[in-house]
Amino acid sequence: MSKGTPASPALMAAKSSGHGAQGSTASGVVSTRSQASDVVGPNNVVAPVQMSGSEALVRSLEELGVKDIFGLPGGAILPTYDPLMASDLNHILVRHEQGAGHAAQGYAQVTGEVGVCIATSGPGATNLVTAIMDAHMDSVPLVAITGQVSSAVIGTDAFQEADIVGITMPITKHSYLVTDPNDIPRVLAEAFHLASTGRPGPVLVDVSKDAQVGPMTFSWPPVIDLPGYHPVSRGHSKQLREAARLIRQATKPVLYVGGGVIKCDASAKLMVLAELTGIPVVTTLMARGAFPDSHHLHVGMPGMHGTVSAVTALQQSDLLITLGARFDDRVTGVLSSFAPHAKVIHADIDPAEISKNRTADVPIVGSLAEIIPDLTVAIKAEFDANGTPDLGDWWAFLGNLRDTYPLGWTEPEDGLMSPQRVISRIGALTGPEAVYAAGVGQHQMWAAQFIKYERPRSWLNSGGAGTMGYSVPAAMGAKVGNPDRVVWAIDGDGCFQMTNQELATCRINNIPIKVAIINNSSLGMVRQWQTLFYNSRYSNTDLNTGHDTIRVPDFVKLAEAYDCVGLRCERVEDIDATIEAALAINDRPVVIDFVVSPDSMVWPMVPSGVSNDQIQVARNMTPVWDEED
Amino acid sequence: MARHTLSVLVEDKPGVLTRVASMFARRAFNINSLAVGPTEISGISRMTVVVDADGNLIEQVTKQLNKLVNVIKIVELVPENSVQRDHILVKVRADAATRLQVTQAADLFRASVVDVSTDSLTIEATGYADKLSALLNVLEPFGIREIVQSGTLAVGRGSRSMSDRALRAS
Repeated sequence: MSKGTPASPALMAAKSSGHGAQGSTASGVVSTRSQASDVVGPNNVVAPVQMSGSEALVRSLEELGVKDIFGLPGGAILPTYDPLMASDLNHILVRHEQGAGHAAQGYAQVTGEVGVCIATSGPGATNLVTAIMDAHMDSVPLVAITGQVSSAVIGTDAFQEADIVGITMPITKHSYLVTDPNDIPRVLAEAFHLASTGRPGPVLVDVSKDAQVGPMTFSWPPVIDLPGYHPVSRGHSKQLREAARLIRQATKPVLYVGGGVIKCDASAKLMVLAELTGIPVVTTLMARGAFPDSHHLHVGMPGMHGTVSAVTALQQSDLLITLGARFDDRVTGVLSSFAPHAKVIHADIDPAEISKNRTADVPIVGSLAEIIPDLTVAIKAEFDANGTPDLGDWWAFLGNLRDTYPLGWTEPEDGLMSPQRVISRIGALTGPEAVYAAGVGQHQMWAAQFIKYERPRSWLNSGGAGTMGYSVPAAMGAKVGNPDRVVWAIDGDGCFQMTNQELATCRINNIPIKVAIINNSSLGMVRQWQTLFYNSRYSNTDLNTGHDTIRVPDFVKLAEAYDCVGLRCERVEDIDATIEAALAINDRPVVIDFVVSPDSMVWPMVPSGVSNDQIQVARNMTPVWDEED
Repeated sequence: MARHTLSVLVEDKPGVLTRVASMFARRAFNINSLAVGPTEISGISRMTVVVDADGNLIEQVTKQLNKLVNVIKIVELVPENSVQRDHILVKVRADAATRLQVTQAADLFRASVVDVSTDSLTIEATGYADKLSALLNVLEPFGIREIVQSGTLAVGRGSRSMSDRALRAS
C-alpha cells in the first residue's frame, strides 16, 4: 500500500480477472512441484487435443476415474450435459439437487471414492448447499460441479445467477470459479485431490457457461498447482513415543475412536492396536463400524445418547487416546466437565482439530493409516521395555457398567410397536454385510444403538450437520456404490417427507433400496425434548401420519405411486415377516411404513447443558455410581 | 486480550481476501486491522492481520488460516523483532489563528502537512499505532474533521525474507 495500491476485495478480483495465462505465471515463480502423482484416477497420458470446455469437463471426470455422478441439468450447465450423453459416465438423474448431493455423499461413504454431484446455476446450485454443508461437517469427499452464467454477465443479477462460490465458501474445503476453459482439467484434478486427501471434504467447481462452450486444448494429466496445500501423513516420532509412554502409565485409558478411522480405512490397524493393549474402545456416531460391536473390547457409543459404559469410560478415564474424533459437543456434553481427570492424546489429520475444543497433552498430526501402526510399534517397544499395564480394575468397573446398563427399551404404554424393536429386528434379520443409512432424529439414534455394526462403511448418517432428509438419497448413492449389498434407509416420517422424491430416481434407475419409515407420526426427537423440557407442550411436532390420525400422506400409497412396493406393519407379530418380505424383493425399491408409538424416547440421554456424569438411563434415572468411582 | 500481528503469504487468486475475512467472521475471531498488497513475487500477496486473541485462540486462528488452500505461509511478528507501521491522514480544523500551533504539533510527531486550505490542514503521519494515537490526542482539541487510517504493515527485522523461505524451500 505504500505503493498506493488500493487494499480492497476489488483489488484481488481485478488482479486476477485477467486469469487465463496467469496460472502459469504464478506457478513459474512459486515452486512448482510436479504433482502428476497427485492426480487421482488411472493417470492415462493424453496428448493435446482440441475440444470444448464442456467436453473437457466430461473427459476430465473420465480421466479421474469417475464412474457414477448424480445430477440434474439446467440452463447454465446444458453445454456439459450434451457430451455427457456420449460418455461412459453413469449419470443418474435425480429429482432434486439436494438428492444428488446426499447421493454423492452416500456413494463416497461406502466406496471411499470422491462422490460427484452436478447442478445448474442459481437455484440448482443453492439446492446443493445443504448436502455440501453436510459433507463439510462429516468430512465426506465430494466434488460439486455447478454451471454458472456466462462470465460477461456475472455480477449483473442475470437469470439464475447466484454467487455459489461465495455462498458455499464457509462450508467447502475449497472452491473454484472457472471462466477459462483451459483451466478445467487442472481445476478438476485439484478439486479431486483436495476432496480426497488430508481431511476429506467438499470442493465446489463453478463453471461459467462460456467456459463450457469455449474452445480449449485438452491434455492429461494436468499439473496440480497448490503451493499452500501440504497435508501431513506421518505422525511425529517423538510424539508417538510420548503417547506410548502415557499409554503404559495409564490405568484407565480409552480409545476414543472417531470417523477419521473409517475415512482412512484404518479399522484393521485399529484392531491390532486395541488387541495389543487391551484398552477399551468407544466408537462415536461417525465411527460406528470402525471397530466391531461384537468385540469384547468395545464398550459402546459415547455421547448424548451413548451407552452408560461408553460415556462413563470417557468421564472416568485418565487417558483419552483420541483417534480421528473431534470432541464434538454431542460427545463431550458441557466441555469443562468432560473427562476431567484425563490426559489427552489427540491424533488427527487436521491440525486445527487438535486443541480446538479440548487441549491435547500429546498432539499427533497425520493420517491414522500411518499413525495407528506407528503408535502400535512404539507401544510394543514401550511395553517390552517397561512392562504391560494392568487394566484389570478398569475392566472390572467398565464390564460391570456394561452388564448393568445394557441398551434396552421399555414397551410403550399405548400398545403400539416400539421403534427400537423394529430397528433391532431389521439389523438382526439383515446382518452386518448390509449398509444402513439413517435420517436424523430418534430413529437415527436408535439405528446407531440397536443395529450391530461389524464393519466400516456400513453405517451412514448425517452426524455433524443433522440433516433431515439425508437417508433416502444417501441410501440411493450407497446402493449405486455398493450394488451387491442390501441397503436400508432407516428413516423417520418427518425426514422421509423431505426427500422421498428420490424414490422415482431409484425406481427408474433400478436402484432397489429398502426404506423403513419409523413412523411415530411426529418430529420425534423434537417431541421428546418437548416432553422432557417443555412440559409436554407439543408445538408443531405432530405430523398426522400415524395411528389414529388422518395419515397424510399414506406412505404405502405414496410408495405405490412411485411404482415401488409399499408395505405397512402395525403389529409386533408382523415385524419379522414384513422385514423378510422386503428382503426378498430386489427388483424395485421397497418402502415399509412401520407405525410405531409416538411416546418412545431415546435413552440413555445426557440432557443438554449438563455434565456427562448426569447421564440418565431412563427419565430422571441416573445410574448409581459405586464408590470405587 | 493480547494483540498479535500475523504476516500471511497468500496466492493472489480471486476471492482470497474474502476467504480470509469470512473465516475470521465465521469463527468469531476479531480482526483489529488487515492490510493487503502485492509482494516482490508476482502472484503472491501478503496480508498483515492484527488479531486480538489469547494463547489458545491465536493458535486456532493460525491453524484455521493454514487450512485455507490459498494461504501459503503464516508468520507471527512480535513487536521486539519487527518493524510495524500504521499510516494515517488527518484533516484538522486550522484557521489563521491556530494554523501555526497545528503545524508545530505535527512537527513534533514528524508528521507532514500534505494539504492546506483556509480553514483546515491535512496531516500525514506514519508510525507505530501508539504514536499515531498520541498524535490524534494532540490534534483533537483543534477539531478533527476526518481520519483515514491504514491497517498495520509489518516486516521482520534482519536480512531474512519471509517469502524466500516459504517459496523456495518446498
